[in-house]
Amino acid sequence: MKSAVVLLPGLNRDRDMIAALTKISGTPPVTVWQTDTEIPDVDLIAIPGGFSFGDYLRCGAIAARMPVMRAVAEKAAAGVTVIGVCNGFQILVEAGLLPGALMRNTSLKFVCRQVKLEITNANTMFTRRYQPGQIIRTPVAHHDGNYFADADTLARLEGEGQVVFRYADGTNPNGSINDIAGIVNERGNVLGLMPHPENLIEAAHGGTDGRGLFESALGIAA
Amino acid sequence: MIKARITVTLKNGVLDPQGKAIEHALSGLGFGGVGAVRQGKVFDVELAESDKTKAEADLKAMCDKLLANTVIENYSVTLT
Repeated sequence: MKSAVVLLPGLNRDRDMIAALTKISGTPPVTVWQTDTEIPDVDLIAIPGGFSFGDYLRCGAIAARMPVMRAVAEKAAAGVTVIGVCNGFQILVEAGLLPGALMRNTSLKFVCRQVKLEITNANTMFTRRYQPGQIIRTPVAHHDGNYFADADTLARLEGEGQVVFRYADGTNPNGSINDIAGIVNERGNVLGLMPHPENLIEAAHGGTDGRGLFESALGIAA
Repeated sequence: MIKARITVTLKNGVLDPQGKAIEHALSGLGFGGVGAVRQGKVFDVELAESDKTKAEADLKAMCDKLLANTVIENYSVTLT
């Protein structure tokens, strides 16, 4: 399976994402830079976490307007799988590839800890290696993960099964509406989530709870 | 040249934890009777343009495309 990782100035989880994709798919991803207008033929595009453009204006706002994001949008429209983690989720939302917005944590604090995630929908291309309702552990590290959507959008997301991950057992670290941690687009090929599954993929990480997400998305047998 | 001020504010109903913290801090300083505080952004923009109608249209487009996130924010444009 071929994958690509989007690089933007200020991201800092790109190496973690590259390592995870390399270890799980067996092939190092190609990297694409912010000014690239074309993305090679790949099965999966990942936008890593970090602080692109110093979080200026709004988290992900500047990155979302870079040329490479037009290329990501074209690939997403063509059905290519896209994953945005943390800042990557913020960028996808700012680019309009996912609905809603990610706002400052209600605690106003940067949170860096492990949370519990419920697999709210195990019937997506990102979660088919998990059981419905399964609880997994993942790290979070963000200041602006407080997901918000207007009532109509929220009803549609919930009704169509687009809420894929939810913070479980009172571990919501940011005040997000309905404990939302990750959503997919209507078509189901674009995922955004605040937690970092790429940081729990091998025993040395202290667990492999995040591995199933990449195995699901890459179509790799567990 | 035209100068403009763009004000971006959170929509009603959108929680503003920063505004809340400021509200509490003001009360803590002894300012009684402080009601809700909402935090926003101001952009002062200079445009190499003489046509005010064109300038306003451009500034609105800038807000829609970048300066405001219309999912959560409203904006207003004033030529100064």
